[in-house]
Amino acid sequence: MEVATAPAIPRGQPLSAAAAMKQPSRLGDKAFEWLTLAMALTVVLLIILIGWQLWNGSQLAVKKFGFHFLTTSTWDPVAEEFGALPFIYGTLVSSLIALLIAVPLGIATAAYLTELAPLWIRQPLISLIEMLAAIPSVILGLWGIFVMIPWLRDYPFPWLQRFFGWTPFFSGSIYGPCMLAGGIIIAVMILPIITSVSREILRSVPDLQREAAYGLGATRWEATRIAVLSYAKKGLFGAVILGLGRALGETMAVTMVIGNTPQIALSLFQPGYTLASVLANEFTEATTEMYLQSLFAIGLVLFGITILVNLLAQLLLRTIAVKSGTRAVQ
Amino acid sequence: MKCPKFAHQILATALLAGISVTASAQMMITGAGATFPYPIYSKWFDEYAKVDPSVRFNYQSIGSGGGQKQIMAQTVDFGASDGPMSDENLGKAPGKILHIPTVAGAVVLTYNLPGNPSLRLDGDTIAGIFLGQIKKWNDPKLAALNPGVTLPDKDIVVVHRSDGSGTTYIFTDYLSKVSGEWKQKAGTNTSVNWPTGIGGKGNEGVSGQVKQTPGAIGYVELIYAIQNKMPFAEVKNSAGEFVKPTIDSVTAAIATANIPDDFRFSMTNAPGKDSYPIAGATWLLVYEQQKDAAKGKKLVEFLKWAAKDGEKMAKDLDYAPLPETVQERVLKRIDEIKM
Repeated sequence: MEVATAPAIPRGQPLSAAAAMKQPSRLGDKAFEWLTLAMALTVVLLIILIGWQLWNGSQLAVKKFGFHFLTTSTWDPVAEEFGALPFIYGTLVSSLIALLIAVPLGIATAAYLTELAPLWIRQPLISLIEMLAAIPSVILGLWGIFVMIPWLRDYPFPWLQRFFGWTPFFSGSIYGPCMLAGGIIIAVMILPIITSVSREILRSVPDLQREAAYGLGATRWEATRIAVLSYAKKGLFGAVILGLGRALGETMAVTMVIGNTPQIALSLFQPGYTLASVLANEFTEATTEMYLQSLFAIGLVLFGITILVNLLAQLLLRTIAVKSGTRAVQ
Repeated sequence: MKCPKFAHQILATALLAGISVTASAQMMITGAGATFPYPIYSKWFDEYAKVDPSVRFNYQSIGSGGGQKQIMAQTVDFGASDGPMSDENLGKAPGKILHIPTVAGAVVLTYNLPGNPSLRLDGDTIAGIFLGQIKKWNDPKLAALNPGVTLPDKDIVVVHRSDGSGTTYIFTDYLSKVSGEWKQKAGTNTSVNWPTGIGGKGNEGVSGQVKQTPGAIGYVELIYAIQNKMPFAEVKNSAGEFVKPTIDSVTAAIATANIPDDFRFSMTNAPGKDSYPIAGATWLLVYEQQKDAAKGKKLVEFLKWAAKDGEKMAKDLDYAPLPETVQERVLKRIDEIKM
């Protein structure tokens, strides 16, 4: 794609004297500025309101359990003892598994689509991947129960156990619904977004980059690796973060395959539980105040984790930017 | 210009039409709550529209917890719940809330064994399995209850509901009655701290996992098991008889259950040799003092119709109707609603 080659005007700076002489009405500009500012602030306000609501709604639980809410593992609605640790663990581990699967797959697909695939195959493949994003969560969940889990349980899981059973991650009995199954279903769900965003980013890499690499005698693989992927590193990282954001909040499909057992087990064949799942499962039938407020507290924790992960990602992104910057200087 | 005149005409017609719509507008009675009785309630609302076309019902099956919350907040005209309200919640409500039992259902134990033989279980073994103490299908306790059935040397995989539900309430209420250990370790609630097993979301989640996992056992609503042709166990009741879960054995259980005047009863482990022990009723929740007299009158008429004519439709939809003795008591209670 050609980028428009209009002479660049430094943003936010006054125009040249000639333009200033004409004195066009700035009212429209001002109005537009305020309007967009208001829109941007609405988003911020919405986030603050959500946080405030969650905080307000969980005061009873926060006061009763305090910090222990994050560090204890009992979830007992009868005795009204609540701790969020297994859910936090489950959310992080299942998202991590999903990223481990979806990131290489997504970026490789994007690289194939932009760099290697013959033109006639590109559009059908892109449509197919986008279709994957359109499948409703609950349908994926049912597919998970009736197709994916039986298959995983009979073929890949025993195989994994045979070769990696000596590690704690693949030991113990295989039931079917488990942390690994949950991670895999999330991977399926975040694959389209990672692929689409990565594809856009790779497409925006200037052809000059590729031409330069080929000019130096690079092979296709070398050109893709050095000139394209490396160049687009920052953008690709952004794609991963978008995927992670979705992974943390995925609910329905995960709930249907993860086994919903609040425990912390190293083995990925053991059932787990996520923050979003326990909310989906128990919110409608929570009748006592403490129970309901503890579920609100779970929401607050999920909210906090999402913000924290995003902040960490931003930080990491900045470090990467700085590093690649210094390399360019060398 | 001619346009405005034309516009006036349109406006006038629209206004007239609006007036005529409001004149024949139906009264809307809103309710919210339990999902278990939703199929029969919507059938009732449908049929009742023929009896009294002047009322319409809007029922949201948002779950029993939601139903209790909404009736307490007075955002609906009636609530619905699969479990009776607690004293604490009743105390918080701005007025006296009446429990009107409508129909009952059973919870059955379904399993996945080679050939799916018909099984017999008792309270002791069910509690043992769900406590994680009976771990193998060929456990001597299970073998003793099922002479002549070859039970495999296989791990029992326990599947329970992961979402809060009235089904879980009935099941854990039963376990708490037959096992002191269960009562102490897990207790009775719409969701509990399960000692073992994996959680499936909804009846379809549990049945899906049971069907897909060899050696699994789980609990689902009788209706669901019948409609999906799943095997289910006979359970020994408190009279020592093994009873198959059927609509009749559930109605028998209501008949022998001890029902207090406020109708907040539990019918699990009911006495009587024909009673299936794992069953529960579902209730409509209404204020004794209705705020809106016209609406209250219509609601009472509907409740009476449901208790008399509505009950007859229960069996066709695989719900257990209330026995006549209980129906009479319910009708008397409906008469106490004040406008």
